[in-house]
Amino acid sequence: MVHVHLLLRQWGFYDRIDSFGVFLLFRHIAYWSYSLLMTDEHRFAALEINGLEKTYKNGFQALKGISLKVETGDFFALLGPNGAGKSTTIGVICSLVSKTAGHVSIFGHNIDTHFTEAKQCIGVVPQEFNFNQFEKVLDIVVTQGGYYGLPHRVALERAEKYLRLLDLWDMRGMISRTLSGGMKRRLMIARALVHEPKLLILDEPTAGVDIELRRSMWEFLEKVNATGTTIILTTHYLEEAESLCRNIAIIDAGNIIENTSMKALLRKLTREVFVLDIKESITSDLQLSGFVLRLMDEHCIEVEVDQHQTLNQLFNQLAEQGVTVTSMRNKANRLEEMFVSVLNTPDASETNDSEESDSNINSSTTQTKGAAV
Amino acid sequence: MNILGQWIAFKTIVYREIRRFLRIWVQTLVPPAITIALYFVIFGSLIGSRIGEMGGFDYMQFVVPGLIMMAIIQNSYGNVVSSFFGTKFQRNIEEMLVSPVKDITILLGFVVGGMVRGLLVGGIVTLLALFFTDLNVHNWWVTISMVFLTALVFSLAGFINAIFAESFDDISIIPTFVLTPMIYLGGVFYSVDLLPNFWANVSLINPILYMVNGFRFGILGASDVGLLHAYIMLILFVVVGFSTSLYLLTRAEKLRS
Repeated sequence: MVHVHLLLRQWGFYDRIDSFGVFLLFRHIAYWSYSLLMTDEHRFAALEINGLEKTYKNGFQALKGISLKVETGDFFALLGPNGAGKSTTIGVICSLVSKTAGHVSIFGHNIDTHFTEAKQCIGVVPQEFNFNQFEKVLDIVVTQGGYYGLPHRVALERAEKYLRLLDLWDMRGMISRTLSGGMKRRLMIARALVHEPKLLILDEPTAGVDIELRRSMWEFLEKVNATGTTIILTTHYLEEAESLCRNIAIIDAGNIIENTSMKALLRKLTREVFVLDIKESITSDLQLSGFVLRLMDEHCIEVEVDQHQTLNQLFNQLAEQGVTVTSMRNKANRLEEMFVSVLNTPDASETNDSEESDSNINSSTTQTKGAAV
Repeated sequence: MNILGQWIAFKTIVYREIRRFLRIWVQTLVPPAITIALYFVIFGSLIGSRIGEMGGFDYMQFVVPGLIMMAIIQNSYGNVVSSFFGTKFQRNIEEMLVSPVKDITILLGFVVGGMVRGLLVGGIVTLLALFFTDLNVHNWWVTISMVFLTALVFSLAGFINAIFAESFDDISIIPTFVLTPMIYLGGVFYSVDLLPNFWANVSLINPILYMVNGFRFGILGASDVGLLHAYIMLILFVVVGFSTSLYLLTRAEKLRS
């Protein structure tokens, strides 16, 4: 280093550059190192949507200029009532629906100009079964690998890996239409993973799946996410979104009306309703100061607890009146309450797509929706 | 995905197509073999012996190239139209649309799959024909090129039919009401020289006439139409069929919302 320094001084290098020059030099070196070390996964968001619009031929505007960003490695929930635009959004991302306006990029690859690179990054599990009902399980997965340019040997190895992970290896020789509903869902997940995508999109993957199988699928998806795969999930089971996803966007009538972290969203829940089972028979004389109380039957009550109230206050009052609580549960899933609250909030037509949009939650939504989740 | 990836995807589609028609061989390979064998028996042996000569050859010798061509046309067309419509109907076309497979790769995969079935059935029918008559190939190059070009043209035609089709009716209407009359009036069973001038001239607008006669020239060395004319027509149909298929697939209004 000393020799380099002496040489540089001898050549008059230090006399020729001023401090700004040194800054530019270091900036250049830093940028060069950054470019060398950072892959596309680090440089770009997994998914970036800007001003996406879709108007169908019949004039129905499914998407009204939505913008969304999903960071690499995220487990992201895209929620909304039926017909809100979730599947249209996924369709556009996967090239199954042509967009009317806007830009979509996957890990920095624009789906219009670099569609092969963009598609290579995506694995999609659609809502409806869309595999050949007459083909064998193994053939379906291996064939999908071939569409992504995987040599047959590699496609076979990957198919075995994912069919084993999803407990389908023993069914590899079965005709796909003979599988049960849950197996068909898992087959679509194995098919979506065969080319090991960096972004996995699941459109209601657990619809019609029993609770035991659903939980095993959740565990599997968590493992997939832990390996670095970004996951975007749409679901009607809000418990699923709450337990799996770190960030969330709620779409309604073609607009993003909420886009924030799951924790931030749940913090905004102003009240929760609890159902309490009571040992003694309760009469209508039971009064709880400051709490809204509803008698369900003589051994069950519903209590609304605001965010500034505590459960201790509630239990103290119940204890004072000699009431014994045998069990307690949330009336609805917390996210479900938040979801309904967001959709029922007036003036939601404004799009709200920033991470810092938490404070705007109560100033969104147009239409009053039921809990049509 | 680079060119090697597209090549792998192309092979995947072709293998899948072959796997499909071999899996249902009772529906795809046996019926055409039985039907054409019956034609050989009835038109060739039973009725043919009373017809006498046709175009300077025994009727059996005359009709065999036409029947082989008929099998190739029907099966190339039938394979692509039913397979591609099937992928649309079951929505497994989406497996390809979400992947980086290019439209041209999809088109070539289906078309080559259809050609393979057409040529395989053509081969089976040719073997059956050997039980009824001797086949001496007059010109191998003409024979092989005519077979390939015909299978290609009708695979492309089947693809176009399948893109437009929205129901199972749509994939049977064209073969029943357009393709079958064209085959029967395309010089498979008779020489157009037998027709009055007006109908002979009308027959000249039927592309199947050129295919059947081109193939017949390859086998027998005799044809109702000029060989060059036949090649020009076939290449024209290939170019138009391929461009139309690719345009429809790329625009894909029927496939993408």
